[in-house]
Amino acid sequence: MGKTKVKKMLFILSKATIDNVYAAFIMANGARMEGIDSEIFFTFFGLEAIQKKKLEHLRVATVGNPAMHMPTLLGGLPGMEAIATKMMMKEMEKLDMPPVGEFLEILSDSGCKLWACKLAVEMFHLKEEDLIDELDGILTIGDFYNRADQEDTHLLFI
Amino acid sequence: MEKTIANKSVNINDEGYLTDFSQWDKEVGTEIAKEEDIEMTDKHWEVIDFLQDKHHKEEALSIRGIKKSGVINIKEFYSLFPGGPLKKSTKIAGIPKPKSCI
Repeated sequence: MGKTKVKKMLFILSKATIDNVYAAFIMANGARMEGIDSEIFFTFFGLEAIQKKKLEHLRVATVGNPAMHMPTLLGGLPGMEAIATKMMMKEMEKLDMPPVGEFLEILSDSGCKLWACKLAVEMFHLKEEDLIDELDGILTIGDFYNRADQEDTHLLFI
Repeated sequence: MEKTIANKSVNINDEGYLTDFSQWDKEVGTEIAKEEDIEMTDKHWEVIDFLQDKHHKEEALSIRGIKKSGVINIKEFYSLFPGGPLKKSTKIAGIPKPKSCI
């Protein structure tokens, strides 16, 4: 255990766009690197990041994303998301950022707990075998709150 | 600032990292490790060697680099240097704290 005042960071990841997924992963990993406990609760679209078949195919949003500085019509052209994603991944690789699958392995090995939201799993008709092997379990939001029920714990919704 | 570690006068920054690697030796490393509640073993030194080697080659240190190191895996790394492994191990190794976010 580190000597930090913050003891535990809990992240709720509800989105599957690359930028949101990496924000959660980098913060959760960063916490572990500082000696802070961390856990991620994957819910709704966030579940895409822990589905074996989908996790390496996440994308950045080119429509409805003003930061792309791209006219909506252009962003909606076929293949545009793929190109933007490829460019972004290339930049991230330069900074030695691991791809999603490898990042999940790193998080799990670092002691970051990875949870799937029970309600969302049922809603998307997912089975345990659809989800990554590193997953620590499927929880209700109540279970997750119980994990947060200690001093110096922070919850963050992404 | 100056500090005496293992009967040697060394220069450190405000976070306790050595600012001049030439002042480092194993005794200094052992002493810093003690301050971090870490008892050094052969495996610890193997990791320290790896980190120093990377530093001298001016290669950035990251947790991903540890995974690919072939010296140690991430789980062992966390158990050898609990509570901020890269931060603590670089301090013991007498090299700067990594600036990377990953």
